[in-house]
Formats: sequence, C-alpha cells, structure tokens
Amino acid sequence: MENLLWLIPALPFLGALLLILFGTRLSRMLVAILGVGSVAASALITILLGIEFLANRPEFYHQEVWQWFSVAGFTPSIAFHIDALSMVFVFVITFVGALIHLYATAYMAEDQNFSRFFACMNLFVGSMLMLVMADNLLLLYLGWEGVGLCSYLLIGFWYKEPANGYAARKAFIITRVGDTAMAIGLFMLFQAFGTLHIQTILSEAPEAWSVGSQMSVIVVLLLLGGAVGKSGQLPLQTWLPDAMAGPTPVSALIHAATMVTAGVYLIARMYVIFELAPLAQTIVAIVGAVTLLLAGFSALTQYDLKRVLAYSTISQIGYMFLALGVGAWSAGIFHFMIHGFFKALLFLCAGAIIMALHHEQDMRKMGGLRHKMPIVYWTFLIGAASLAALPIITAGFYSKDQILWYALAGENGNTWFYLAGLTGAFITSIYTFRMVFMTFFGESKTHMEHPPGKVITIPLIILAILSLVGGFIELPHNFAHFTLFSDYLAPVLPGISANEGLAANEWMFQLLAAIASLGGVFVAYLFYIKSPQLLASIERSGLAMALHRFWHSGWGFDALYDALIVRPYVFFSRLNKRDFIDSFYTGLARLAEGFHVMFSETQNGVLRNYVAGIVVGAIMILTISLFL
Amino acid sequence: MTPAHMEAALLLAGVLFMLGLISVLIRRNIIFMLISVEIMLNAAGLAFIVAGTKWVQPDGQVMFIFILTMAAAEVSVGLALILQIYHQLKTLDSDAANLMKG
Amino acid sequence: MILVWLIVILMAGGLLAWLSKKVNPELPRWVALAAVLLDLVLIVYLWVSTEASTGSAWLLRYEFPWIPQWGVSFSLALDGLSLLMLVLTFFLGLLAVLISWKEIKNKVGFFHFNLLWVLAGITGVFLTMDLFLFYFFWEVMLIPMYFLIGVWGHENRTYAAYKFFLFTQASGLLMLLAILGLYFIHGSETGTYTFNYFELLNTPLAPAAARLLMFGFLAAFLVKLPVVPFHSWLPDAHSQAPTAGSLILAGLLLKTGAYGLLRFVLPLFPTATVEFAPWAMLLGVIGIIYGAIVAYSQTDLKRLVAYTSVSHMGFVILGVFAFNEWALQGVVMQMIAHGLSTGALFILAGFLYERIHTRDITQMGGFWAKAPRMGVIALVFVMASLGLPGLGNFIAEFLTLVGSWQAANWLTVFATIGLVLATAYSLRIMQKVFYEPGPRQEPLPDLNFREMLIAVPMVLSLLWLGLYPQPILDMARPSITEQLQAYTSPESTIVEPKTALVQQLDPTTTTDQLAINQRAFSNLQIFTSPN
Repeated sequence: MENLLWLIPALPFLGALLLILFGTRLSRMLVAILGVGSVAASALITILLGIEFLANRPEFYHQEVWQWFSVAGFTPSIAFHIDALSMVFVFVITFVGALIHLYATAYMAEDQNFSRFFACMNLFVGSMLMLVMADNLLLLYLGWEGVGLCSYLLIGFWYKEPANGYAARKAFIITRVGDTAMAIGLFMLFQAFGTLHIQTILSEAPEAWSVGSQMSVIVVLLLLGGAVGKSGQLPLQTWLPDAMAGPTPVSALIHAATMVTAGVYLIARMYVIFELAPLAQTIVAIVGAVTLLLAGFSALTQYDLKRVLAYSTISQIGYMFLALGVGAWSAGIFHFMIHGFFKALLFLCAGAIIMALHHEQDMRKMGGLRHKMPIVYWTFLIGAASLAALPIITAGFYSKDQILWYALAGENGNTWFYLAGLTGAFITSIYTFRMVFMTFFGESKTHMEHPPGKVITIPLIILAILSLVGGFIELPHNFAHFTLFSDYLAPVLPGISANEGLAANEWMFQLLAAIASLGGVFVAYLFYIKSPQLLASIERSGLAMALHRFWHSGWGFDALYDALIVRPYVFFSRLNKRDFIDSFYTGLARLAEGFHVMFSETQNGVLRNYVAGIVVGAIMILTISLFL
Repeated sequence: MTPAHMEAALLLAGVLFMLGLISVLIRRNIIFMLISVEIMLNAAGLAFIVAGTKWVQPDGQVMFIFILTMAAAEVSVGLALILQIYHQLKTLDSDAANLMKG
Repeated sequence: MILVWLIVILMAGGLLAWLSKKVNPELPRWVALAAVLLDLVLIVYLWVSTEASTGSAWLLRYEFPWIPQWGVSFSLALDGLSLLMLVLTFFLGLLAVLISWKEIKNKVGFFHFNLLWVLAGITGVFLTMDLFLFYFFWEVMLIPMYFLIGVWGHENRTYAAYKFFLFTQASGLLMLLAILGLYFIHGSETGTYTFNYFELLNTPLAPAAARLLMFGFLAAFLVKLPVVPFHSWLPDAHSQAPTAGSLILAGLLLKTGAYGLLRFVLPLFPTATVEFAPWAMLLGVIGIIYGAIVAYSQTDLKRLVAYTSVSHMGFVILGVFAFNEWALQGVVMQMIAHGLSTGALFILAGFLYERIHTRDITQMGGFWAKAPRMGVIALVFVMASLGLPGLGNFIAEFLTLVGSWQAANWLTVFATIGLVLATAYSLRIMQKVFYEPGPRQEPLPDLNFREMLIAVPMVLSLLWLGLYPQPILDMARPSITEQLQAYTSPESTIVEPKTALVQQLDPTTTTDQLAINQRAFSNLQIFTSPN
C-alpha cells in the first residue's frame, strides 16, 4: 500500500489535467465521472491505506517519487510522508472532498463551464493533498500556493461579475501576504538546519535552539503569518467572507476540507518549534481567542446565509488556533475533523436552499422551509446543533468541550482564554440558531422551485451522520474516558495534562459549556421565534445600530486596510504611471535639444558674422595669452 | 632700419590690416570682401618683411613669398566660387548665400 | 569548430534570407526558420552528447588568432552556462521566426536578416572568450535590434529605437573603456598585451583601478539588465518593438546583461564586487519593488509586461551579488524561466494585437469566454510571472532568495515582499484582459494551430523547469562554481550549511582575504559548494 501513496494526490491532478485538455469535448456525464471519480478514487485509496495504517500502526508511510532538485546541499524531493496527523487531514480532504464533488455535479449541472469547474476543484483537492502529504516544507509550499491559486480560480469562477473577480484577487493577494512571511520563515529554517525536510527539522530543532530563543520566536511568528493568511485568522481574515462569491460547493471545499485548515495543519505539523517558542505559541492562542470572538460577533449581524457560515468558519478555526496555542494539539485536530464534517454539511445544505430559491442568499427572504425540504431541514439542524455544540448528542460538543477544558486547565491555559472560548460558544449558539430559525421557521417568503434530488441529499445524510457520531471517538475523562483519537495521534503529537486542582471539577465546566450552548439557542428562540418585536426594539436604538453596522462590516478591517494599504498603493502607482525616473532622461534629451536650438542660432549663414566671430575669438585668445 | 622706421612700418601694417578687416565686416559684396582679405594678407606680409629686416633673417621674405602664392591660390578658388554663387543666386550679396544656415 | 558554425549559420542565413526575397517573398521566412532550427538541433545535440558535470567547466574551445599584434583572437568557448543560454537563444529565436510569420508583411527579407543577425550577436556574446570580440558582438546585437524596433515597431518606434540605441551604446562605450583599461593594465603588469579572457582573469589590480574598471563593465550590464534607475529605455523599447523584437529583447538581450555579470564582473573583480555588493543588492531590491509598483498602473499591456521584467531582473542582480551557489543557480534559472515566461507574455500581447489592433487593456476584457484556450495559456504565463510553485520562475526566485538571505536578511525580506506585488499586477492582467467584461463585442478567434505550436512548448518548458529543473542545474553547476572560485578561500573545505553557521561564531577560521567579505556579509563560508 505504501507504494500507492503518490496516487492520492496524483489522481486529482490527473483528473484536472484531463479535464483541462479535453474537458470541453467531453459530455457532462464523462466530466462528472472524471471529476468525482478521481477524488473518490483517492478517497478509496486513503481509506484502504488508513485501515492498513490502523492495523499495523507504523510510525509513518514514506515515498519519494523523484528528487525535485539539488543545489549545494539543498535537496528537496517530491516525496510524501504520511503519519497519524496527515492521515486525518488526507482522510477529511479526500472523503469530504469526494462528497462535495458528488454534490457539485447536481449543483453545477446547469452551468456552461461544467468541465472548468471540475478541473479547478480537482486541482484544489490535489494541491491540498500535496500540502498535507509533503515531506518537506518546499513541497508543502507548493501545495500551499497551489491552494491559493485554486481558491482564486474558483472564487472568481463566475468571472463576468467584476465583484467576484475582486473577491478572488483579494483572496489570492491577502493569503500571499501570509505566504510571503512563511517563505521568509523557510529561508531562516533553511539557514539554520540546511534542509527543509520536516522530520529532520523537528528532530534537530530541540538541540539547535533553546526554549524561547530569539531565532525560534521569529521563525514561529513568520510561520504563523502564513498560517493566519491561509486560515483566515486575525489580521488577515478579511478575504474569507468575500470568498463566498464562488459557487457554494467551492465554499464548502474551502471551509471544510481544504485551504483554511492549512494553517492548522502547518502549526500542528511544526509543533516542535512552536513549543520551543512559548511566547509565539501564546500569540497563537491569543490570535485564536480574539478571532473567534470577533468573527462570532460579525456572524451575529450577517443576513447572507453563506456569510454567516463564513464568519462561523473563521470563528471555529479560531477555536482550533486556541487549542494549538495552549498546547492541546490533538484537541485542535479533533475539532478540525469534526468541523470538516459539520461545516461541509452546513454549506451543502445552504447550497441546496440557495439553489431551490433561485440563488437567493438573503435569510430575510427565506423562512418556512421546514416542511418544504424536510431532509435539508433535518440535516441542517444536525449540522447547526453540532456547530452550536449542543451537549451529549453532537460531535461538536465533544471537540469544543475539549478545547474549552484545556484552554482553562491545560498547562498554558488561563481563565481569559476560557472565558473567550465560553463567550464564543454562547455567541456561536445564538448565530447558528438565528440562522436555523430565520431560514426554516416563520412564513415562507420566496417561491421554491423543486426539492433537491438524491445526488444532493445523499452527501448531506452521510455528513449528518458523521456530525453526530464523529464525536464518540474521543470522550471526556470523566465521561467514559474513551480517548481513541488522542491515542491515535499520540505518536505524532504530544498529549497534554490538565491542572490537577481543576480536574476534580471538570463536570462543572462541562455544565457551563452546555449551559452556554443551550442558552444561546434559547436567546435565538426568544428573539427570532417568540418575540421578534423585542429584537426590533433593541435594534432601533442608536448604539445597537452603530454596533450592528460595525460588526456587519467585519469590525471595519476592510475599510482599514483599504485606507492604509490598498488605496495609497494604487494612488502612488497611478501617480507614477509615467515613471518619474524617465523624466530625468527625457530631461537630458530636452537639455540637448535646448543647446541645439541655442547653438544652431549661431549658424545663420551670414559670412560677416562668422568673420566677426573669428576676430572676436582671435582678440580674446591674444588678450588671454598676453596677460598670462 | 631704425626703431622709428620700424614702428612706422608696423603701424602701417596694422592700419592696413584693420582697414581690411573692417571692410570685410561691413561690405556685403563678395568681390569687395575678397579684395579686403587680400589687403589683410598684404598687411601681414608687410609685418613679416619688417620683422625679417629687424632680425636680419631671410625668414620674413620667405614668408612673404609664401603668402603671395597662397593669396594667388586663394583668389583663384575664391573667384571660381564667386562665379558659381553668382550663377546660382544672381547676386553677389554675401548675406543671400545663407542657404546652409543651421 | 561547431561553435563557429553556430554563428556562421545565423549570419549566412541572414544574408541568404535577405537575398532570397528576390526569388519569392515568402522564402526569407523559410530560410530563417531553417537556419535557427539547424542551430537549435546543433546545440541540443551538443547538450545531449555532453555528460553533465564532468569536472572541467569547459566543454568546447575554439581559438584562432585574429589580430595577433594586438593580442586579439577569435576565441570561442562553451561551458554549461553558455550552453543553456544558447539553447534558450535558439528556442526563442525559433519562436520569434514563427511569431512573425503573419505579423511582418513589409520588407520581409530585411526583417529576417536583422532577426538572424541579432541572434548571431547574442550567440557570439554567449560564446566569446575574448573581450575585444565580446565588444564586437555586443555591438552586433545592438544595431540590427535598432532596425527591428525602428522599422517594424509600433506608432512611437523611432523614439523608442533612438532611446534603446543611446542607452545601450553609451553604456557599451563605458565597457569598451574598461576593457581597454584592463588590457593596458594587464599588458604593463605582465608584458603580454592580450584580450584573452582566461589570461585577463588573474590580472593583479590596484583596488582603485579595479573599482573603476568594474564600474565600466557594470555600466553596460546594469543598463542592459536593466537595473533601476537605468531601466527607462526598456518600457519604450519593449512596447514599441514588434512581437519578435519584444520577445528577443525580453528573453535574450536582458539575459546578456545577467550573463555579463556572471561571466566577467564576478571573476574579474572579486574584491571590488564584494565592496559593491550591498549597493548592488539594494539596487536589485529597489528594482523589484519599483518595477512592480509601476507595472501595476500601466494600461499598455506590453508596457506592463516590460515593467514586470524590470521587477524580475531585480532578482538577478540580487542573486548575483549574494555570491553563493544557491543564489547563482537561482539566477541562471531566473534567466531561463524569465526568458520563457515574459517572452510568452509578449507573445500573448502580440496575439491580442493581431486580433484587436490595440495594446490598451482598457479596450480588452471578457476574452476568457471568447477564447478559452488563450485564457488557459495566459493563466499559466501569468502564474509563472507571479512565481507560482510548480513553474520555473518559482524555483528561480526561491533559490535566489534562499541564497540572498544568507547574504543580506533585510534586503531579502523586501525582495520577498515583491512577490506580493507581483501577485497584484499579474492578477490585474488576468482580470482586465480575460475576466471583466470589456467594451468590445466583436468575436475574438481563439488560438490557431501555429499559435498553439508557439504557446504549448513554452507552457511545457515552464512546467518542466518547475517540476524537474535538475538537468539545468547540473549543467550550470560547473560554470557557477568556477565563477565563484575567487570568492572561496582556498583553505576552507566543503562545508555543510549547518556547520558553517557554527563556524561563523569562530573568527579564527576566517582567512585574511575573507576578512572584508566577512564585514559585508555575516556568513561567507557558505559560499563553498558542498556537492
């Protein structure tokens, strides 16, 4: 099986290549088979590989396909390395990715650029697989940038609308800002270790760097820059809400399986050097905590169904960063997996709704869909429950509870992180059920065309089941002490021990989390079902309106960057369109022309003037020679 | 030659030269300009002769003969050019011959 | 002898093309095609038949005394670097002939004469090992290029041609002065007056003289490269030249500047370059950022691409003056990858110009729907230009930056920021030309067979360079280590980068010669190539 490793990323790439070359000439059916089949085949190989992996428990699988290049001791390879950590990512990417592809065959059925869509989607999955399977950071960087390119192509898929193109470019450029920081981090790592091979760096770093050394802090912060760019964390989060311009399956792919989780992967992958820089690691946690709150508040105010989900992604990734920041590595990865399931589910449900309502995304124009599309309703409800972390039954509860617990009781945890997480959980619950109530309850406002077909509902049901039962592979200590997932990750990522004093009272904090979650549901119910007039009266107050506007615009980050960076850049670029340096040379030319005009005046053809000139000159020379 | 004679002779040469120069500058007729140039040449020749006499050297007279031949050559070329100018422009006004001005 | 043939075929082909106009107006195209193809076959044969990294850097030598009393000889030599550059030359030359097939309609014979003579000049520059001859070829490539721009260019061609000529000629004369200076200094020091490169290599030079001579050479190469603030001939020349002219300018002529730096400036003036290196790198970074900023606001497509060249060539000078193998390999890769990707963008502009007769991107738009094949190919070229991994430019830029990071941290940081700016201007091309709906509604024919024949090999080569650049790197390695020899202290053995870092803390390992370098850069021991 180990020899088949290369097939996992190669199949989607092959699919993309075939679709690019022959896509326009193939029938829709064939395109769909190629597009879905390539990812599904990868998923199949992954599952087979995973079974073998679980059975034999090797430390890792490794395969070198070819040596990329070799310059003076810098020898990156096109080589794949799969261990427990990357296995989780590969599984989520291929499996959820395949479901999204399947769903997309129905969603995009009417689109005239069907083959281009699947070519880009396959490329996207392939790049992401490259990213998580790379055995060296340069290959990881290849996937990293490839993901950026694909997001650009897919967000701007409906290119005729300039706004979509703008969103696409924004996504590419902002993530590239992060990538640049990461690239500098790679230069430093290379200088320090003479290689970019991940495992070598991880094993040599503890000897080379002391804990808290300046070098490690700088490197970690630079890598963090890359991670926040791709994962849509503060301060580079602004591209993510706009990325909703793409077709809904793309959003699902970006948010659940690919792209935004790249940052989480990078941090988890390089955890050794993050642990060497406690200061930087705390910054990771702070970034996560602040982001999850900011994005949560923004999500409360959105009316666009997909934008709510986008902000919720930013917020949930904030949780993962928080987990990674406090050193609860496996909790972060666990939440990543569960989030992959329920966020894909929510996006696909949203897509089904949007499609049924003629591409209407405004929740104010939805409502009453509960009876019209029951399957979508129930699956969406499950996804929402998981996102809101309703206790006991949903997977989201277990993953989020673990993060909250370690944010408080972990070695690096403290009360502030816990409070941020708890508040976030409360807000999450409010905006999630606000979404459910606005969309499915109340009276219907838009005519619905036809209920979604099987191709759409099957992925929903599968993902819904996973969103419910996925959590049972890792249960809290006092609950059953069932730690399948963290045991599985233990060879790759270190465990975390909880504060002894608090451990006795763990149930109390779980209760708090449950209350926060249920309380959020209740608040949403109160405002959106029971007494909407209460909400209306609050909204009318001046402060609330200002706050609403502020949150709605994503805390004004867009305007800030626009004013600070984008507009000055464009302004100066336009100002200098004619290249002021050139004016120096044209100035020289002008000067020469000026002399030309001046001296050609003397060549007036009047013989007597010339004679006079000679005489004057002769006299001058004579005078000078007399006096000298 | 006494110094007084010499001064007078050099003065004469100077006056002749200035006369020639001034008439080159103020005349517009090319023939007159040519004649004025001849006067200037002769003034220079006179100065050479005087200097030669003063230092009792033959060089002054050699130079004068040289100037004479040169003036002859110059006049022949100059007159030919003047003839051409007259054919082309139907005038002997030197200011009219400014077709090659910059 | 085969080296002489490479030049003779082009020159004779040029004359023949001019004459064959009389027989048939289409014949010059075929003659030119045949000549370039023959050269391409020859050089590829040379490439395939030589074993890479066989120890000595020099693969072939040819020498014939020309003016022996002055010490001028017709001396040609081929090493890996020249070989790579020649492959690029003939490959792009072939495309230049193909691209002009429909575009050039008047004075076809004279056009191909000029085209082939430019190529001959470039070939000569890449091959000669005699400075007198080098200057000769430097001029040979200048004059036909002047005609290419001035006769077949766009609306403002005369201005652009003059500007191009004046800039390159003035800087070339400074180089001539420096060559003569070197010649006489060498002559008076050693008694043999010679222009031979190999003999001049070890000329003992006083620091002040070395500095002056180096600036003479630098003048020519930096203007050609070009480096801000000597770049302003380039946007005009590139945007006004016919497509083939732009292709050769961007793809090859700029590379002669980079080649000159590698071949002449580095080995001839080792100490002076080390002194100058921080400034040169600074100029490179300024070029990267300045070019990118100005490129962003251009509306003339060819002008935009021209400014991206300024930006990309900044990486070349940044890398050259980092004096280590990573950076220099990056520079060689950049020369090739940039030749392909930027040449490709000019070709694309040519395709568009043939169709809609404008280079103004505000007049374009929505071409993706009309010409999807062109769109996909343009996407690849644009991505190459912004340095997407998997395409050649990424390897080039990454290696350059890895190398320059060892030499100057902060400058590298700013150079890396240039990558973000590159994204901005590159995506603007895609957006304005292919995505956004444009003002024109008329249909746009997609690429035809001949055009695909031009574009597809470029896409494939870029992919090849990005995914498996090892053959190129192996080919260039012996030459690069040779150019770097002067920067490696004889005592220091092969040092792995990691141990080099440790050694850096121990000042006793530094030799006197390296003491200057040590001040300029933190860790120079890495210059040694551990292979």
